[in-house]
Amino acid sequence: MAKRKIISGNHAVAEAAIKAGCRFFAGYPITPSSEIAEKLSEVLPKYGGRFIQMEDELASMGAVIGASLTGAKVLTATSGPGFSLKQENLGFAIMAEIPVVVVNVQRGGPSTGLPTFTSQQDLMQARWGRHGDQEIIVLMPDSVQETYDLTIRAFNLAEKYRTPVILLSDEVISHMSEPVDIPDEVEIVDRAKPDVPPEEYYPFDSSKGLVPPLAPYGTGYRYHITGLNHDKTGFPSNDPEIVHNQMLRKLNKIRKNTDDIVEVEEFKLKGAKYAIFALGSVGRTAKQTVINLRKEGVPIGVFRPKTLWPFPEKEIIELGKKVEKIFVIELNYGQIIGEVERWVSKYTEVEWYGRATGRLIPPREIGAFIKEKIE
Amino acid sequence: MKLTIPEEEIMGHGHLACQGCGGALAMRYTLKTLGRNTVLSVPACCWSVIDGPFPHSAVNIPVFHTAFEAAASTASGIKAGFEIQGKDVNVVAWAGDGGTYDIGIQALSGAAERNDDILYICYDNEAYMNTGVQRSGSTPLKAWTTTTPVAHPKDRPKKDLISIMAAHRMPYIATASVAYPEDLTEKLEKAKSIKGTRFLLIFSPCPPGWRADPKNTVKLARLAVETKVFNLLEIENGLDWRITKKIRKPKPVIEYLKLQGRFRHLTEDDVSLIQENVEKEWNILMNKVGE
Repeated sequence: MAKRKIISGNHAVAEAAIKAGCRFFAGYPITPSSEIAEKLSEVLPKYGGRFIQMEDELASMGAVIGASLTGAKVLTATSGPGFSLKQENLGFAIMAEIPVVVVNVQRGGPSTGLPTFTSQQDLMQARWGRHGDQEIIVLMPDSVQETYDLTIRAFNLAEKYRTPVILLSDEVISHMSEPVDIPDEVEIVDRAKPDVPPEEYYPFDSSKGLVPPLAPYGTGYRYHITGLNHDKTGFPSNDPEIVHNQMLRKLNKIRKNTDDIVEVEEFKLKGAKYAIFALGSVGRTAKQTVINLRKEGVPIGVFRPKTLWPFPEKEIIELGKKVEKIFVIELNYGQIIGEVERWVSKYTEVEWYGRATGRLIPPREIGAFIKEKIE
Repeated sequence: MKLTIPEEEIMGHGHLACQGCGGALAMRYTLKTLGRNTVLSVPACCWSVIDGPFPHSAVNIPVFHTAFEAAASTASGIKAGFEIQGKDVNVVAWAGDGGTYDIGIQALSGAAERNDDILYICYDNEAYMNTGVQRSGSTPLKAWTTTTPVAHPKDRPKKDLISIMAAHRMPYIATASVAYPEDLTEKLEKAKSIKGTRFLLIFSPCPPGWRADPKNTVKLARLAVETKVFNLLEIENGLDWRITKKIRKPKPVIEYLKLQGRFRHLTEDDVSLIQENVEKEWNILMNKVGE
């Protein structure tokens, strides 16, 4: 029996993290994500876990990487400038293939921006905020329930693919409270452990598949971890062939598993002539817009990726082939529109509407824009 | 009687501080003393909000609201910019304890080591108050914050930042309190007259964060000194330590602690531990002062 309770989006992250097996959190106070840290400072010790408030954001990222290497499931949470400060160590975790979950509760930007208001301006930063080529998994919830569910999924994907996963929430979702069904049992994925003795173990061994097992530090498996390009042993390498092959493996472990990683929600899209592309909290206004427009006879639905990155290419191409127009609604000044156009512009028309003023765009306003464009 | 505190009010009305804000008092005295030929570099902290939206900006001098970790480095840059133009302006980094003890200490240490000609002022309210009372490196032993809940309050004492700054052998370091405005004003005057990096730590009670009555701000700041929880001192060149307010009959720490909700959970043992820590720190300080 699931237990239903009313909690905020930030508390849903904390509860789901515990449920997923997270036992370590390192963070730094920043609005609007601080409640995640506050809740976990109280709860983690009760589960034998550890909460550390660090001296800054980069340090928080460093601490979770370190704890993850010992085998712990780890979380850090931040927002706005804090997400910018985390990027160097986030890139390190991608390079060294360390499972970590990072929550970024988006607020207005750039810089200090609008600390207490929402936005969706970090879509591209989540994808490309670090230097260098990389793939990253980014999930976006549109409700408190989905925040709970996707937090658990974030831990599972991080463990399965031995990689950082970003839960990209926003101020609206994080601060509102809704009823959430807390399941008794959830699917838990644990990282693969080596099936060979220490002397035969290589932490970046491509012959073990796209995701080589990660031995926890302190279990007799001695190996090297570095942000430098490295060979299968983990020691630095400048050899072009080794660098190329390791890079391809790291990219392909995500690229070749998009079917497993990508999830989208389709709302009233059956037989629809038009679609709204929406992410996170915008999904809620988009759905209300669709309900309103359907009453007026407009055949329209919502396409909402729960997995933003890797981008749901296949799914959006399918959509593009079916509808006459896709309306991309964003809480920014035009970010994901480029990605949508990249995949569907040869099949359908794409229209854009958005702004980043800290507030959601009301359904009636989105509806008026859509009606103007389809008349 | 000679008035030692300048009469001119530079800080205006209508600021957005909470009732009884120690940080607001600290700014008021600071601006009175430093005068209008001053610019502020303010990172994320209460004062990045207190200053208020245009046209109600409360400080009437230029404010550079910079990134959290960058109060000192932005000030260093502003000063260098003025210097190459031959302009003599007081450049003040004005940060809270989170932006000083924690995320900003690298920039502060860098400026002090280079001896950049800036005055760095930390108004210390002993937690991240602006983001909702999370612990900082300045939060005292056993205090409650939203990230050190009463089940396991802070298990480490306040970081001895003054000794860290003294290790930089910088020209001038002082601690001050909003309960002792003459002492504060004198130290600001002295800091203003010295070239190089100067550091001032102003003890600034926060009624909402300390769960204290707003009418007790000055009383708490005074009690902190009278109980030797926070000592008023100055250090020249990192080596000459001097107590500026000597307390002949120190009060027990309980007098200070009992007025604050953040210490409501303390047991008698906790209070004894805090008292012992205060005595220990006092003895360490006396060794440095040479008394």
